Amino acid sequence: MSMSLRLPTPARLGYSFNWVGRIGLAVILFWAVIAIIGPWITPYPTGEMVDFDYFGPVSQKFWMGTDYLGRDILSRVIMGARYTVGIALAAVTLACAGGVLLGMIAGVMGGWFDTLLSRLLDAFNGIPSLLFGLVVVAAVGSSIPVLILTLAAIYLPGAYRFARALAVNVNTMDFVTVARARGEGFAHLILREIFPNILGPVLADLGLRFVFIVLVLSGLSFLGLGVQPPNADWGALVRENIEGLSLGAPAVVFPSIAIASLTISVNMFIDNLPTRIRDRSA
Amino acid sequence: MLRSATTWLLVGQRFGIAAITLVIVSFAVFFATELLPGDVAEILLGQAATPEAVAGLRTAMGLDEPAIWRFLSWLAGLASGDLGMSYVNNVSIADMLSGRLANSLRLAGIVTLVCVPVALFLGIASAMWRGSVLDRLVSMLTISVISVPEFMVATLAVLIFAVWLGWLPALSYGVDVDSWGAMLRAYAMPVITLSFVVAAQMIRMTRAAVIETINTPYVEMALLKGASRTRMVLRHALPNALGPIANAVALSLSYLVGGVIIVETVFNYPGVAKLMVDAVSTRDLPLIQSCAMIFCFSYLLLITIADMIAILSNPRLRR
Repeated sequence: MSMSLRLPTPARLGYSFNWVGRIGLAVILFWAVIAIIGPWITPYPTGEMVDFDYFGPVSQKFWMGTDYLGRDILSRVIMGARYTVGIALAAVTLACAGGVLLGMIAGVMGGWFDTLLSRLLDAFNGIPSLLFGLVVVAAVGSSIPVLILTLAAIYLPGAYRFARALAVNVNTMDFVTVARARGEGFAHLILREIFPNILGPVLADLGLRFVFIVLVLSGLSFLGLGVQPPNADWGALVRENIEGLSLGAPAVVFPSIAIASLTISVNMFIDNLPTRIRDRSA
Repeated sequence: MLRSATTWLLVGQRFGIAAITLVIVSFAVFFATELLPGDVAEILLGQAATPEAVAGLRTAMGLDEPAIWRFLSWLAGLASGDLGMSYVNNVSIADMLSGRLANSLRLAGIVTLVCVPVALFLGIASAMWRGSVLDRLVSMLTISVISVPEFMVATLAVLIFAVWLGWLPALSYGVDVDSWGAMLRAYAMPVITLSFVVAAQMIRMTRAAVIETINTPYVEMALLKGASRTRMVLRHALPNALGPIANAVALSLSYLVGGVIIVETVFNYPGVAKLMVDAVSTRDLPLIQSCAMIFCFSYLLLITIADMIAILSNPRLRR
């Protein structure tokens, strides 16, 4: 119980991952690396029309074929990873950081602050996520900062609710009572007593929220309201090339595979986390 | 069954919370669409926005009033069915919506009719034979459907049924359907796609609900007494799982709201969601507000119904 604040890496804690979890982790790391080194490994400039034909097939020259303007799909998928992974990661970090902090404060403080915040954020949970995105984009237009903030706002209430429930549980435990009796301040209680003990489940929750954010972001981009041309995330790539579907073009298949591989592997990883990490405070 | 006064009090309280939530949500929608974008009069006039014209239009549209007053009168309008006029083509929004709403509700209704029996059967069956080939197959399929975006399910459906098999048209027009065959063909693709999305959620929740009751001591007792697996589930577990299952059905139907936005756009289905997505691209704010409120209302309604069922079916939640 008296864990100090270090990351629960599997090696340190003696957890072992099964092979499904490992495959999931490998795919996640693969896309993370691609997103980081993207600009240096694209075979062609992403915006340049390199093929005379549109919706070209898979070939030696174009590994994933070409899109509706004759641009290289491989390069666009690689750069798309930056938008999809980057925006989703930024949004999920904001949502969880904000949600967890507010959740811990509300869980420990209780009283009117807790009630008011919980009711308010519950009300925001009453707006379907894609709809929330639609309304904001309609109002202020679509740009990357707007997308990040909107997605973070959509998923903050859920993160708050989750962290608050955990914090309330931990708050009643003996070591917190002892710390309070010792005369520790509010910040110490939250950061040193509560936070390390809800970290495992919170990280698992962060992973699941990441998947939701990727899905909503792709959905918005698919509707043409997310990342704007000439840039494109994976959802936008599907939208751009949907016409090629009836021609059997690979252009629409590969971005779809990219999205699915990312979301499914995050799910696989989270589902197969050792239960001691997921439910530690329970 | 007798319901005590406290139960009804709790139910009433739930309705109260839902009503307050609806007001907060409508304020959020109003705030986002009316106050965030800046001066509506200037946006509408565009190039012709001389200071005099802007001032004139502002007075004509009542934009001079304080925001809170405009919000209240908008809310009063909503409640009495007066939804205002569209910015883009000056048609009353109520007229634009009436036909569309019927189309969307019809789509949702058909999907519900298709989904519920299939999902209940598969959910209960996979809980009954937990760990079997059927269970693992169903769980793999539902996880895959849940973890990919709705538009990919739609794309895959088009690829399989329209492109490879050639059975169905890729686009649907739910308007002029004269025969049963034509109607079936027009609705098939959106219904198939939405059913997959909603059923996947429903199957998972149903399975979880049944498994939770199977894991209770009294069901284990029945099994130890020598009841067969089928009898154990159907006679002992299921009656007590009915509440959670109904709750799961209502909750997963709320996924219709998100799914329908994508599906109507992909298949060009003339419903409310398509209208709203089009309104977003033309920035027709009053129309967006009304559509958003329709979606939020149905979403809240489903969630509240799910809550209600949970309270009424489980005495422990009433304490």
